[in-house]
Amino acid sequence: MCGLLAVWGRRLGLFLGLCFLVVPGVAGADELNAGDTAWMLTATALVLFMTLPGLALFYAGLVRAKNVLSVLMQCFVSACAMTIVWIGWGYSMAFDTTGMSEGTMNLNSFVGGLGKLFLSGVGADSMTGTIPETVFITFQMTFAIITPALIAGAFAERMKFSAMLLFSVMWSTIVYAPVCHMAWSGPGGFFWDLGVLDFAGGTVVHINAGVAALVAAIMIGKRRGFGQVPLPPHSLTITVIGASMLWVGWFGFNAGSALAANGSAGMAMLVTQVATATAALTWMAVEWIKHGKPSVLGIVTGAVAGLVAITPASGSVGPMGALAIGFVSGLCCFWGATTLKQKLGYDDSLDAFSVHGIGGIVGAILTGVFASESLGGLGLSKESIGAQLGAQSISVIFTIVYSGVLSFLILKIVDVLVGLRVNEDEESQGLDLALHSEQGYNMEL
Amino acid sequence: MKLLKCVVRPNALEKVKEALSGLGVMGMTVSEVKGFGRQKGHKELYRGAEYTIDFTPKIEIEVVVGDDLAEQCVDAVREAAQTGNIGDGKIFMVPIDEVVRIRTGETGDAAI
Repeated sequence: MCGLLAVWGRRLGLFLGLCFLVVPGVAGADELNAGDTAWMLTATALVLFMTLPGLALFYAGLVRAKNVLSVLMQCFVSACAMTIVWIGWGYSMAFDTTGMSEGTMNLNSFVGGLGKLFLSGVGADSMTGTIPETVFITFQMTFAIITPALIAGAFAERMKFSAMLLFSVMWSTIVYAPVCHMAWSGPGGFFWDLGVLDFAGGTVVHINAGVAALVAAIMIGKRRGFGQVPLPPHSLTITVIGASMLWVGWFGFNAGSALAANGSAGMAMLVTQVATATAALTWMAVEWIKHGKPSVLGIVTGAVAGLVAITPASGSVGPMGALAIGFVSGLCCFWGATTLKQKLGYDDSLDAFSVHGIGGIVGAILTGVFASESLGGLGLSKESIGAQLGAQSISVIFTIVYSGVLSFLILKIVDVLVGLRVNEDEESQGLDLALHSEQGYNMEL
Repeated sequence: MKLLKCVVRPNALEKVKEALSGLGVMGMTVSEVKGFGRQKGHKELYRGAEYTIDFTPKIEIEVVVGDDLAEQCVDAVREAAQTGNIGDGKIFMVPIDEVVRIRTGETGDAAI
């Protein structure tokens, strides 16, 4: 009798033990995949590299020498401040899934709860799919870092540093985290349930930032001398270096959004390369025809336009679709940066709206077309191209309106609190000296 | 004594320097300047925004020479810097009241 009890006792114990191993007390009972994890650790570093120093240098070369440090400072502080915002409440607002269920629209469809405030519950062994949650957190953090830094392109050379910092913190909380949540938190998310295809952030990053940039450029006003005095880039050499770093880093941005080392990541990398090269050549060709000479600024801007447009599409289109997306984005962003900007007369100093806003919109829409297997894509998530375009369009329009309205309100608040723009003297002197008491280049004399 | 301010094309600097040295001129001061006379500037184009840049880079060479040497120096600089195209530059001759060597305190021709 005792022997039988002992045997069954052991079997019960073993059974219960196995239950506890298998029951998901953690996010998914997936095993840690070393290949996926190794790639995602690398991708995270690549995406941070896109901001530090990719974007920083890209923008820095485009402004006048007296403002070069102010641009570098804005990118660097974005990396620092957004880190804290993210681990504080950003990650929770973006990826907490409390209260979410597929097909149900409630508040949690639009923004996450505070269940992961200050990364509560996250430990070294926490998992997100096949990678540690810590890696996922950091990877997503690098996206949250670069998005506000992109906006800086619109108000470069005239915005107060304190205003930029306050704006970035508020914007990433109120605009970035919710849109990120809607697109990527999972079933129950507003865009997710609509079947929107946004692999690496056409809406979350580019349209979001691009529209905020346009609003900011208009609200803060043109640079002194804009339209009368030449305001040429002080170092296109630096800009090319930055653009090159963006290109390389973007493999982490797009292929990393596969969250795994697999065929999806491989295809994302390939289509990223194709779209970028095509867009760069397209811009170069248009300039050559229109102005008689191809330019360095043109070819690198074209490349960035391609990178932006392929971002939402990188998980669902094939190489031929990427070719088309590159070509169209090259044309549209060129139009945006030249004709549209001149016609409407706003001073988007570094073309943040033309490249990220327009490029993001083009990419998000074309994703709906070229994801179709009939066009070489990896598959729509809706029943037809028409239905897919409908879903993509809703996400585009929602993001434009959401970002536009809230960015406006946030800027108004920041203006009241600290003021948006430097005064005339500071702008003339240059932000490096006026705001930081430093010079980017201390030449002898 | 005369101060000769010679504004010439940047690539004329070497020839002018050699020409002056050939005449025994022992020192000079050189600056990078921008300017225009009859020479037109150039256009630059950035993302569709066209700028006309009026100022062209030039080199200004300043030498102080004795009155007896001044005319010869002018001729030598002209010959060295001339290309025949608009934009060759100008030489301004300015009278000098005094020259002082800082190290020794010598003045006048001894200080040149």
